Amino acid sequence: MASIWQYANPKKFIDTTDRFLPWLSALALICLVVGLVWGFFFTPEDYRQGSTVKIIYLHVPSALMAINAWLMMLVASLIWIVRRHHVSALAARAAAPIGAMMTVIALVTGAIWGQPMWGTWWAWDPRLTSFLILFLFYLGYMALWAAIENDDTAADLTSVLCLVGSVFALLSRYAVNFWNQGLHQGASLSLDKEENVADVFYHPLLVSIAGFVLLFIALVFLRTQTEIRARRMRALLARERLQ
Amino acid sequence: MIALLIRDMKLGTRAGGGFGLGLAFFLIVVVLVPFGVGPETGRLSLIAPGILWLGALLACLLSLDRIFALDWEDGSLDLLATSPLPMEAAVSVKALAHWLTTGLPLVLAAPVLGVLLSLPAAGYAPLVLSLLLGTPALSVIGTFGAALTVGLKRGGLLLSLLVLPLYVPTLIFGAEVARRGAEGMDNTTPMLMLAGITCGTIALLPFASAAVLRVNLR
Amino acid sequence: MELTVTDLAVARGGVPVLEGVSFTLSGGEALVLRGPNGIGKTTLLRTVAGLQPPLAGHVGLDREAMAYAGHADGIKATLSVRENLTFWADVFATDRVGEALAAFELEPLADRFAGNLSAGQKRRLGLARMVVTGRPVWVLDEPTVSLDVDAVAMFARAVRAHLGGGGMALLATHIDLGLDEARVLNLAPFRARAPEPDDFDGAFL
Repeated sequence: MASIWQYANPKKFIDTTDRFLPWLSALALICLVVGLVWGFFFTPEDYRQGSTVKIIYLHVPSALMAINAWLMMLVASLIWIVRRHHVSALAARAAAPIGAMMTVIALVTGAIWGQPMWGTWWAWDPRLTSFLILFLFYLGYMALWAAIENDDTAADLTSVLCLVGSVFALLSRYAVNFWNQGLHQGASLSLDKEENVADVFYHPLLVSIAGFVLLFIALVFLRTQTEIRARRMRALLARERLQ
Repeated sequence: MIALLIRDMKLGTRAGGGFGLGLAFFLIVVVLVPFGVGPETGRLSLIAPGILWLGALLACLLSLDRIFALDWEDGSLDLLATSPLPMEAAVSVKALAHWLTTGLPLVLAAPVLGVLLSLPAAGYAPLVLSLLLGTPALSVIGTFGAALTVGLKRGGLLLSLLVLPLYVPTLIFGAEVARRGAEGMDNTTPMLMLAGITCGTIALLPFASAAVLRVNLR
Repeated sequence: MELTVTDLAVARGGVPVLEGVSFTLSGGEALVLRGPNGIGKTTLLRTVAGLQPPLAGHVGLDREAMAYAGHADGIKATLSVRENLTFWADVFATDRVGEALAAFELEPLADRFAGNLSAGQKRRLGLARMVVTGRPVWVLDEPTVSLDVDAVAMFARAVRAHLGGGGMALLATHIDLGLDEARVLNLAPFRARAPEPDDFDGAFL
């Protein structure tokens, strides 16, 4: 029976993702262009926040992806620990810089938004602070990958770090909440319809979120392919030394 | 296990063991702070709990790489791994030895340094209590970081990068206990959270540290 | 008690170095591993001692039965010779410190700091640790480095005494120990060939 694990074979993974990548990339591009153009040019201005509110179409999706990327890394790390599929470890490695970049985008767009709204680029608000801490976790994770020469050792160590880090990131989130009640508005999206931003803002936001998700998947595929090829190259060199 | 504890304590306190370095560092940090922020008593007493916590945390961080590095270099770690002692126990004992030679002296020194920073009289008991509760967590988390970076040359900087984010919750709750205590506010909640973090890390993190150490010994 | 190694394959730094290594060692026997530098003697010994997992194959004896001594002696410079050995005696729950000191003629040095010993004396202290462990299988990696002729003889006597008590020894060494009863296994024929690139995660190899 064909199981999902067959894609853990690097060759199979590359073949399959190669077929999907053009479509994924195109779809991501379309969603992003539609979402952002719709959001920036075809939505009314907020009566209170004016046109500054439109940065929401970058800020919210990137913030979402910053967290989701870490969750994806956590899942991939668990798969590596349990089933020891190399592709999984490499996918976690591939996702880290993207997640870190998303965190930076969320922080920067947040600062740009915060300046006119709160009169300050930065405040030690719980959400802002936890994102900064998340960024530090990404940095540590990537630094550990980069520091270890043996690939399997690096995969093992970073997986455990990702696991432990997740627990501490969650703890930090609550600690920071406790430490300072903040300025940041409530969540822009929730399943409770009443709490949501108005529909006119909501629909383009969904489209741009979809765009960010697709972009993330496409980038992870692409980067994982690169990691696999780099790894294969090293393996071939090692094999050459062996003969 | 007791043999390992005694050995590590002996090594830590004999010549070249680095005992007292952490304390000296703590002292220097506290001495430097007034140079940075100015000598006004009011301002100093306001930031004293936080500075003392931060100083203790950094002093703790300074000595982390010694937990495994020396044993790694001279091969004792290999020998310990093949001994009847489970790795989890060895890791826990190492963390305990680190706390006894670094954390505990810091706790005892903190009130003295509090005087230098004109900590309010009400703040001494909460400060010592919070450090007493929090520094074991710092040692245990630090042991995990040290286990992660043990095989690396120049792992010191990476160790700090990995461990400092993990220290955030402990620092927040610990400093909060001390600050609220100094300001005469109720500090039960952060105290419970701090105790919870310490208990949780002591119970669970040695397993992660041991797993990581085994990987590094391969 | 018997140490059976079947079809063992080991890797160093992710690269397979030895494969298909099989041997049996029963009580009172010693086996000397030989082979050129880099063939994987250390890796094999570490695998047998349970420090790293084998790539394939099986080590048929619990690692609890083995005492391992690597290139480094694990000696603490600021502890005395006796303290160094007492520590390991406590860890392994034995009381053979006196015996170990005697076997390697360390009594005159017992109260010296290990940091003040010469390289050969340190090595003797490291090997004395094997006596302290009281474990039946000694796994020794290049035990005679920096030992002089007398000390090598001392070591051979200690190994022989260990074998006489029903113990086993697995050694990697280049020099002749004067252990005539020891069997020799040349590792050169077991050098790993490049693996076939068709296993599950095969695209890496």
